[in-house]
Amino acid sequence: MAYDKFKILNSSAVPLNIDNVDTDQIIPARFLKATERIGFGDNLFRDWRYKSDGSTIESFPLNNKKYKGKILVAGKNFGCGSSREHAVWAIYDNGFRAVVSSFFADIFKNNCLNIGVLPVQVTDSFLSKIFSQIEKDPDSIFEVNLENQEFTISESGKKEKFKISVYKKSNMSNGFDDIDYLLNKKKEISKFANKSNY
Amino acid sequence: MTKTLFDKVWDSHVIEKINDGPDVLFIDKHFIHEVTSPVAFVGLKNRNLKVLYPERTFATADHNTPTINQHLPIKDRLSALQVKTLEKNCNEHDIEFWGLGHKKNGIVHVIGPENGITQPGLTIVCGDSHTSTHGAFGAIAFGIGTSEVEMVLACQSIMQQKPMKMRINIDGKLNDHVTPKDVAIFIISKLSSSGATGYFVEYSGDVFEEMSMEGRMTVCNLSIEMGARGGMIAPDKKTFEYIKGREYAPKDKEWDKAINYWSSLQTDKGAIFDKEYNFKGQEIEPMITYGTNPGMAIPISKSIPSSKESDSKLSYQKALDYMEFSEGDKMIGKKIDYVFLGSCTNGRIEDFRTFASIIKGKRKADNVDAWLVPGSHKVLKSIEDEGILETLTESGFKLREPGCSACLAMNDDKIPKGKYAVSTTNRNFEGRQGPGARTLLASPLVAAATAITGQITDPRDII
Repeated sequence: MAYDKFKILNSSAVPLNIDNVDTDQIIPARFLKATERIGFGDNLFRDWRYKSDGSTIESFPLNNKKYKGKILVAGKNFGCGSSREHAVWAIYDNGFRAVVSSFFADIFKNNCLNIGVLPVQVTDSFLSKIFSQIEKDPDSIFEVNLENQEFTISESGKKEKFKISVYKKSNMSNGFDDIDYLLNKKKEISKFANKSNY
Repeated sequence: MTKTLFDKVWDSHVIEKINDGPDVLFIDKHFIHEVTSPVAFVGLKNRNLKVLYPERTFATADHNTPTINQHLPIKDRLSALQVKTLEKNCNEHDIEFWGLGHKKNGIVHVIGPENGITQPGLTIVCGDSHTSTHGAFGAIAFGIGTSEVEMVLACQSIMQQKPMKMRINIDGKLNDHVTPKDVAIFIISKLSSSGATGYFVEYSGDVFEEMSMEGRMTVCNLSIEMGARGGMIAPDKKTFEYIKGREYAPKDKEWDKAINYWSSLQTDKGAIFDKEYNFKGQEIEPMITYGTNPGMAIPISKSIPSSKESDSKLSYQKALDYMEFSEGDKMIGKKIDYVFLGSCTNGRIEDFRTFASIIKGKRKADNVDAWLVPGSHKVLKSIEDEGILETLTESGFKLREPGCSACLAMNDDKIPKGKYAVSTTNRNFEGRQGPGARTLLASPLVAAATAITGQITDPRDII
């Protein structure tokens, strides 16, 4: 599915200062039963947001009204574990267009790029600065500039570069996906399909 | 130029190298299941595409299927719809589908190898992170997201950045009662749950050479739990013997050609890895986890350590609070409510033999609920044929029908809130085995010893 074009995002951010957040926390397995990409957003961080009786856990950042925005800032090794793309769909459905961490799990990062959520990897020390800034002022604005590959804390002007391949950057900024590319390669693909492995 | 095993397989599948971008990689075999495939088929429909090479995709229902009364309609409406949707999609696109009740049905990473689909030198993907299992045969196998499932269905290829290469070498001999599961958990405890992120791992050395194919699958399966995309082991005689005669294995002249090629799939002497680790087989003990990621593991005889400097204190404490454990607690003797044997990690016949070897002639503890779930119908049949079912029954255990079951608790097999489960699965994440459930990962031997005593037990103390 082609997605929104990503150029520059100016937004406040929601902090989730926990390390090793796995995709079972982002969306538990029991909510993966849909056959269409509908309704996953309601179950984002389900067991951290709600008690078993359905009541809201007020202390969880996503339930805290002072935090809002299109950027999710998380602790290191975000998105580890299960390959479920549903985790990124749930994040997307909650309005997030960029996820910031000092380290991402591989499959999660690919899943983000494939549906148009930008994974922004910064250093541990810069990540701490971002968390401090949000703590100081939850309305703080951050700028994610894909073209310049820069993440900026708008108030202080402190910024850090992030990496993305030229190919993926072009995809993100034009809203293309890999299938658009691969469909033009069918001839080359057929050569591989017709050749024996040994 | 010298090449690693991984280079050889990867490079021979690269359709195109994109400058400062991913490689376009041809995919030989693709497995799909009911949970991560439906949205991919919706995508195909929206683009008006057919599956390009349907004979290269195999489908099973395993993730959300019940493990009792599989002959009856699935009670859960959404699970039933997901399985039905998979069947419909497979029919529409001419994909081989092994649904509930089919004699080849089972967990996707169990049935691939046991039907001979998994072979050395192949690229194999599936919308499931434990696809790394198939690396035990010297294949490049890794988990993918649903967008990528759609790519493979539509184009039999995928766009991936070539990962860095890591080698983990373990020489020497394993101590008694140390299983492949312990070897894997030991490695993860040393490297942490993110220590191999960005890498593809090759396992080498005496310990892996000595290991059975089932054991190698367990080790490669758990590669993802330290962040690696996959793990692989160079194919050898044991690999060839395992594959020979299986339904999808090459036959006659093709077999000879295959053996010839497969034998070349070794890392060249002097090939360079981006990172290497060396351990000794003798230093590994039966292991168990105490926290909420697989890296939080210790030898079973030890006490829970203080947080390491590399962990954030907050995250470490959060994990112990969830488990209701404290630093310094001894693991042995902790009371356990549930024991789970099964999953793509430890649901193969060898795991059931191992489990049975301990419980034979003993009784299951009254305070323990034990769920034993074979990885496939073939495993189930072997359990019956080898007399293991009899042993289990005599000791007070019941067997369920095949599936992923309580490993991820998508079906009704959920460990209740607050209860402790010693589980032969792959993830001890919060709520993984049911909301509020507390999981301790361990080997089938530890699981069996614990099931007998009702508390965490070192298998060396029971035999």
